[in-house]
Amino acid sequence: MIGLTQVYALAGFVFAGFAVLSLRDPSNPRRVRNALFWGLFALSFLAGDRLGDLGNGILVLVMALAAALGLGRSGTAASDAEARAASARTYGLRLFLPALMIPLMVLAGSLGARHGGPALAALVDPKQATLVSLGVATLVVAALSVRLFRQPVLSPLTEGLRLADTIGWMALLPQMLAALGAVFALAGVGGVVGETVTRVFPMDTRLAAVVVYCLGMAGFTVLMGNAFAAFPVMTAGVALPVLVGRFGGDPAAICAIGMLSGFCGTLLTPLAANFNLAPAALLDLDDRFAVIRAQVPTALALLAVNTVLMNVLAFPAHP
Amino acid sequence: MLVLLGVLLVVAGFAVGLNPLLVVLASALATGLAAGLSPLEVLAAFGKAFNENRYVSAAWLILPVIGVLERSGLQEAARGLIGRLRSVTFARLMLSYLLFRQATSALGLTSIAGQTQTIRPIIAPMAEAARAVETGVAEVAPAEAQRVRAFAAATDNIGLFFGEDIFLAIGSILLMVGFLEQNGITVEPLHLSVWAIPTAIAAFLIHGARILMFGRRERPRP
Repeated sequence: MIGLTQVYALAGFVFAGFAVLSLRDPSNPRRVRNALFWGLFALSFLAGDRLGDLGNGILVLVMALAAALGLGRSGTAASDAEARAASARTYGLRLFLPALMIPLMVLAGSLGARHGGPALAALVDPKQATLVSLGVATLVVAALSVRLFRQPVLSPLTEGLRLADTIGWMALLPQMLAALGAVFALAGVGGVVGETVTRVFPMDTRLAAVVVYCLGMAGFTVLMGNAFAAFPVMTAGVALPVLVGRFGGDPAAICAIGMLSGFCGTLLTPLAANFNLAPAALLDLDDRFAVIRAQVPTALALLAVNTVLMNVLAFPAHP
Repeated sequence: MLVLLGVLLVVAGFAVGLNPLLVVLASALATGLAAGLSPLEVLAAFGKAFNENRYVSAAWLILPVIGVLERSGLQEAARGLIGRLRSVTFARLMLSYLLFRQATSALGLTSIAGQTQTIRPIIAPMAEAARAVETGVAEVAPAEAQRVRAFAAATDNIGLFFGEDIFLAIGSILLMVGFLEQNGITVEPLHLSVWAIPTAIAAFLIHGARILMFGRRERPRP
């Protein structure tokens, strides 16, 4: 059965390719460090389950130190603007076809594994169908694009490395933050924050409790980087005992709008690195926080709207 | 209370602008020590969680194919398309994309678009080209290009976040159903996803209004 193991192996081979290409790039003064970074990334994906917990800890420590010292950018794949423009003129709209094929294949794959009958479900792990489909789609579409647009055979790796170098150390941050969340959970950080919030803020009126819950979900999400970590704490601490228990609110409406208040917090926090910081690197923005800055007005206005919506929609008309 | 030290470290470290990778390591160490673990135990716990969260970085698998398409001229083709379609303004492009992202996410199709696969190679170049056409220049100034790109990335996140919760089988809905069940309250996923609709509409109106305002800035008077 094709599952996570195979997808991780594919990612491992791609990252190993990045490592080899980095090492062989004389124009990059930090080629050894880049090769170490991508080599360890490859090792993690190929053999992470066999390294042991401490081994993985040492691996991520070395990766983070190497990356924090500063990675270089490879120069090999700097395809010139002239050639790209000529290729764009030659192929025109056909260039969009592979870009559209990726989502279609992911869609077909994930629907197929879930509803395609036992044969497909035996071939692809239904729980990992999206990631497996993405892996297959990237392989197929990369091969197709190389052929259709007459690109060098190695160009998926060299061009992939060019993009990876644009992202740089930021490529590691989302996974590290996910691991930090696990350490927070282990140490019971959520419970302590929840207790503090419920002790410090008065919730004598319904409106006050709604405000504490919505702002608390957003604020706690900003601190933890993820609304899923904030939800159990704030809901057990504020929503269920006070909003549902004392003021008779509808738990479905309260939880749904509370979660969406948390999502407003996700738009504001650098800890949600894959949404907020990685795109800034990917788009070559000078300001690391430029995407967050662009999201602030929408997030704050929507948080206010959520608070009002909960107060209006979640409670019986005549309490 | 001591375990909150790690949270404070993260906030302070990010605010001061230290390298986030080191900030995360320091925060994990402080949190683990405060919880009574030894440094090696913290490292092992962090390593275990890092290994379990590899799927987060598996998303970078898409880089090679996007790279090849960019080398083949996808960004240039996206820009050229906007140059020819004069009726596609910045505001119309971004409003359509916001609606598309919210609607497809609401159907559970969260991974058919995204920062790496749509914003960088297609939408951001189109948005820049549309701004250039609107403001009557061949190419937007670098500072404006940065603003346009950041706005496009923000629009993708907002469309995703405030569409996906309308879908029944998304992670956050399942989390809420499971959590409420543990607390003795049974809700149908449908009841939760219905309550995501008012916020989704508000998100479209609020961000849509900002898109229109963004598109109206510094536009030459005819």
